[in-house]
Amino acid sequence: MSFYELIKSIKSIKFGVLSPEEIRKMSVVNIVTADTYDEDGIPIEAGLMDRRLGTIEPGQKCQTCGNRVGQCPGHFGHIELARPVVHPGFAKLVYNLLKSTCWNCGRILLTKEEVEKYALLMERYQRKWPQLRLRLAERVIRRASKNTECPHCGEAQYKLKFEKPTTYYEEHKEGTVKLAPNEIRSRLERITDSDVKLMGLDPRIARPEWMVLTVLPVPPSAVRPSITLESGIRSEDDLTHKLVDIIRINERLKDNVDAGAPQLIIEDLWELLQYHVTTYFDNETSGIPPARHRSGRPLRTLAQRLKGKEGRFRSNLSGKRVDFSARTVISPDPIISINEVGVPIDVAKLLTIPERINPYNMDQVKRLIENGPDVHPGANYIIRPDGRRIDLRFPKDRKSIADAVEIGYIVERHLKDGDIVLFNRQPSLHRMSIMAHKVRVLPYKTFRLNLCVCPPYNADFDGDEMNLHVPQSEEARAEAGVLMLVQEQILSPRYGGPIMGGIQDYISGAYMLTRKGTLLTREEASQLLARAGYTGELPPPEISEPKELWTGKQLASLFFPKGFNYSLKSNVCLKCQTCKKEECENDAYVVIRDGKLIKGVIDKKSIGAGQPESVLHRLIKDYGTDAGRDYIDRAFKLFLAYIDSRGLTIGLDDEELPAEAKKKVLEVIRQAEAKVSELIDIYNQGLLERLAGRTLEETLETKIMQELEEARELAGEIASQYLKDSNTALLMARTGARGSLMNLAHMVACVGQQSVRGERIMRGYMNRTLPHFKQGDLGAEAHGFVYSSYKDKLNPIEFFFHAMGGREGLVDTAVRTSQSGYMQRRLINALQDVRVEYDLTVRGTDGLIIQFKYGEDGVDPAKSDHGKAVNVEKIIERVVKAGGS
Amino acid sequence: MGKFDLLKHELVPQFRIMTKEEVEQLRKDLGVRKEDLPWMLKSDPVSKAIGAKPGDVVEIIRKSPVAGKSVAYRYVVPG
Ligand SMILES: [Mg+2]
Ligand SMILES: [Zn+2]
Ligand SMILES: [Zn+2]
Ligand SMILES: [Zn+2]
Repeated sequence: MSFYELIKSIKSIKFGVLSPEEIRKMSVVNIVTADTYDEDGIPIEAGLMDRRLGTIEPGQKCQTCGNRVGQCPGHFGHIELARPVVHPGFAKLVYNLLKSTCWNCGRILLTKEEVEKYALLMERYQRKWPQLRLRLAERVIRRASKNTECPHCGEAQYKLKFEKPTTYYEEHKEGTVKLAPNEIRSRLERITDSDVKLMGLDPRIARPEWMVLTVLPVPPSAVRPSITLESGIRSEDDLTHKLVDIIRINERLKDNVDAGAPQLIIEDLWELLQYHVTTYFDNETSGIPPARHRSGRPLRTLAQRLKGKEGRFRSNLSGKRVDFSARTVISPDPIISINEVGVPIDVAKLLTIPERINPYNMDQVKRLIENGPDVHPGANYIIRPDGRRIDLRFPKDRKSIADAVEIGYIVERHLKDGDIVLFNRQPSLHRMSIMAHKVRVLPYKTFRLNLCVCPPYNADFDGDEMNLHVPQSEEARAEAGVLMLVQEQILSPRYGGPIMGGIQDYISGAYMLTRKGTLLTREEASQLLARAGYTGELPPPEISEPKELWTGKQLASLFFPKGFNYSLKSNVCLKCQTCKKEECENDAYVVIRDGKLIKGVIDKKSIGAGQPESVLHRLIKDYGTDAGRDYIDRAFKLFLAYIDSRGLTIGLDDEELPAEAKKKVLEVIRQAEAKVSELIDIYNQGLLERLAGRTLEETLETKIMQELEEARELAGEIASQYLKDSNTALLMARTGARGSLMNLAHMVACVGQQSVRGERIMRGYMNRTLPHFKQGDLGAEAHGFVYSSYKDKLNPIEFFFHAMGGREGLVDTAVRTSQSGYMQRRLINALQDVRVEYDLTVRGTDGLIIQFKYGEDGVDPAKSDHGKAVNVEKIIERVVKAGGS
Repeated sequence: MGKFDLLKHELVPQFRIMTKEEVEQLRKDLGVRKEDLPWMLKSDPVSKAIGAKPGDVVEIIRKSPVAGKSVAYRYVVPG
């Protein structure tokens, strides 16, 4: 018999309900005693810790199967319930079954013809659309429960009421009667197998009466182990506690029934038994109080073990812990490549890669073995072909071990430079959250990463930590290196542009280097290019008399490939009515011809992260990811070298306005204030004209807010006119390096209107925001307009309003992250198995089709031009330009 | 009010019940069972309008902003 004949494959899984017989059959002991251990700590026979339920103490043999701890699978016991109780998990289904069947004869409440029709349909569905079976069953139940008279025996049907979690009432003329579980059970017993099928159940594995329990399975002791504390006190599992409750009430109920106690007492105990069984299954059942521990803590019963983040599924089955991983704080390193990750030497000595010894690596591996676990390029273990592991920590003489190894031995060697690892930062929201990097073993204790990979990870260095994983097989490393390497991820399918690129100082540096007037001596130019790793010739200087001088543009040009042509508007562009393009006097139009930066400044639009249609984007699309990585690794160092040599800082005097400007700003605000009070006057006189769809009050509010917003904008404009060109905050805002003109205006001119829920601040005291104002004051000051700038200082009232607005922002982010996190979870669960096949169809598991052509056009957004497969305009422009020059 | 023909509405794409041969060809091209196509209910207003029955496969031709024209198929199920 071949290997494959011996292997069974699972075709389908069918879920059913345990019958009482099955429960008894799989049980090894009938539990009748609520006690667990006697005074000597020996498990009591027929108690919840009976030895036959499986061993938990090491060294002991199981009384049922004879195995020891690891081998014994555990064995179920059972409790014979004195009276039946409804299984809370099936309560709703039981209700449906009762509703649609006759209480007298047990037949389904449908005419003979209907039964035949539905049986035929059900049979057909089962064959052709098994997924629709349950919907048909629903229809049958809905149909049957409408009938008020049994078509078979003619009995009138009572209206049934279901009260969560497990109570049923029947509405008789004399009043409502509670249905006892044994009555329910006998009604369910009367339903015929063929009727059961009509209602969507398979009677062979799920007879309706099995949903009312007469026997309760008791899980093996390994499922609910007791813990012994240091003090010697034994503490039982929550499930055991709950089972104790059930047995106690069950025994009392049995005694009372046997003694012929009054019906009332029996019913009380019966209900109590139902409560305990219900909470045993789910202690968060709505409608009943949760069962509590003596300390007041709610018990963690069956459903709680499975549900939620800490439940069996999410915590133990979907979420696993892994070996060959490391986690530590990250810090920046502008010198290493974007493809690299700096790994602390201590981490490199603990993470290993298995390497098989062959004639070519023999000498090298022997050196690693000699170095051992404590010296860096070393090894921790040797695995011999027979599977024995040799731990290199203990032997004194590693030299002789190294000499003894042969071809075919496997050595678990330390991580070394160039090894491929996976690097990850949570939350892993998109595929660029896990990328493959090449190892650079470095001193100190943090992971180091190039600043250009901060955007895809959304990382900063205020204490962020990241995880690192080491693929252990050659195939895994090859796959990671080809598909997941950082440079392969620069172009994001989300942006239609590079997600990695320049941020902050890279952009400021590039701008300052490439703007007009940056002239460098031979020494300066050489210094900068050396730092960028440029090894070619220095081009002829732009100015040779009286002194040799090179422009920044010349240096920046050295890193473009020959023949590279591109042009675009930069971030500093003033967006004039008609763009003068090459003739732009602000040098805001970038022209690169044949790999030379002829005109324009390099800023965010050219090299920024997340900028589509940028120089970087074009470069990667036309010259490939290697060229893109190389450009980022080298040219970006030039920008940093320049900003390092020159310095960039902002200080208080950057936020200072000349007196003239201050006066103008003040004037603007006073005018706005006058207009606001004018509006209020008009409103008070009842002359304000109502805007469409707004009340009079809303109209006034909108107009006031408009007025004040305009004033703030105007103040900001005035301020930016008076700021010197040497102002670095302004430089950063204009180039897109950091901050905006609005941030600047807040600092130097006026902070402006604070808002809560998109309105001026209205809450607080009766008809006023603070007791400092008159009641009914509608003016700007009384509703959160901050006249001051941050530099000038906010007065206490302004500060308070500002804090109100600021708090809303914080609350919003907190709420948004939790909401979007939950949405992300659901989306990922729904989409994780979906993939694009080679025929460009999008399919789920089992090949069911979701889209007939991926995205309707089959275009990969990461490789597209603004979502289109080709960008004809750009191609024409390129061909024409190339031909013309 | 006159009878409204939903098939003529601007936002409703073109629907057509496919012939047995076409369905067989489609099945072969995609390498799937009919049940693996996306589903469409018999009670869907369009099914009623074009008279589609369970077991039929409907071809839908849509105008698409990205692809110009895109073709999709639906397998009609009871319900
Ligand atoms: Mg952080
Ligand atoms: Zn056992
Ligand atoms: Zn009947
Ligand atoms: Zn311009």
